[in-house]
Amino acid sequence: MCKASETLLNLDIVVPNQTRYLRLIGNIAEQIARDLDEDGGDHEALAYHLNLVVTEAVTNAIQYACPNDEKNKVRIFLSVENENLCVRVYDYGQGFDIEAVRVPEVDELSERGRGIFFIRSLMDHVEYRKTECGNVLEMKKRLT
Amino acid sequence: MKLMTEQRDGKTVLMVKEGRLDAHNSGELKDRILKLFEEGGRDLVVDLGDVQFIDSSGLGALLSGHKNAIHRTTGFALVGLQPRVKTMFELTRLQRVFEIYPSLREALDV
Repeated sequence: MCKASETLLNLDIVVPNQTRYLRLIGNIAEQIARDLDEDGGDHEALAYHLNLVVTEAVTNAIQYACPNDEKNKVRIFLSVENENLCVRVYDYGQGFDIEAVRVPEVDELSERGRGIFFIRSLMDHVEYRKTECGNVLEMKKRLT
Repeated sequence: MKLMTEQRDGKTVLMVKEGRLDAHNSGELKDRILKLFEEGGRDLVVDLGDVQFIDSSGLGALLSGHKNAIHRTTGFALVGLQPRVKTMFELTRLQRVFEIYPSLREALDV
C-alpha cells in the first residue's frame, strides 16, 4: 500500500475498459506531474513518463479484463504523498504473471512485450498482485 | 484517425496527423501501412512530425510496417520524430532497427 504522513493528492478514477479512454487517463496523469512543477523542479520528462506508464498499465488492464462483461471497468488510483508518487491500476480479469513477461530482444522485431518494459524502466517499484478487489498493478516513483 | 498519403519523388509518404499513438489507434495505423504495401506502395516514409506521444503499441505498429517492408524488399523510413518520441525508440534500442531521418526532405533524397 502507498502510505505516508502527508498526502498531497489522491485521485480515484473508474472508466469503462475501452481504449478510447487511454488519452483521457494519460493526460490526467501527465497534468498531475506538470502541476508538481509549481513546487520547483523540472517535471516535463516525468509528465511524459507518467502518461506512458499509466497508458501501458490501463491498456494491460483492458486486455486482461473480461471483454464480454459490459460492467467491467478499470480503476486507476493516483496519489502524491510526501516525495512519492504512486499509481495503482486495478483490473477484474484473470490477471497475468508479470514475472513471466519477457522483454523482447531488439533483433526479434516483436510487436509486443514492451509495455511492461517501459513501466519497469521508468518507475522505481513495480508489483502486480491479486487483492480482494481485483488484480492491481502498483507502480511507485520517488519524486526527488 | 487522421492519416494522409501522397506520392513524393517516387516514394509513398504517410503522414500521421495525430498527437498521440496508443492502443486505441495504433491498430488502424498498422492496417493502413499494410494496405499501402498491398496496393503496391513502395519505399514508404512515415512522417511522425505531429506525434507527441507514442506507447508500446504505437512502436508495435511501426515494427509491423518495418517487417512488411523487409518481406516485400522495399524501404520503410521514419521522419520527424519529436524529442520525447525519439527517447522511446532509444529506450527500446529500436532506433537501431528503423531507418530514421530528421526531415522528410532528407528521407526523400536517399
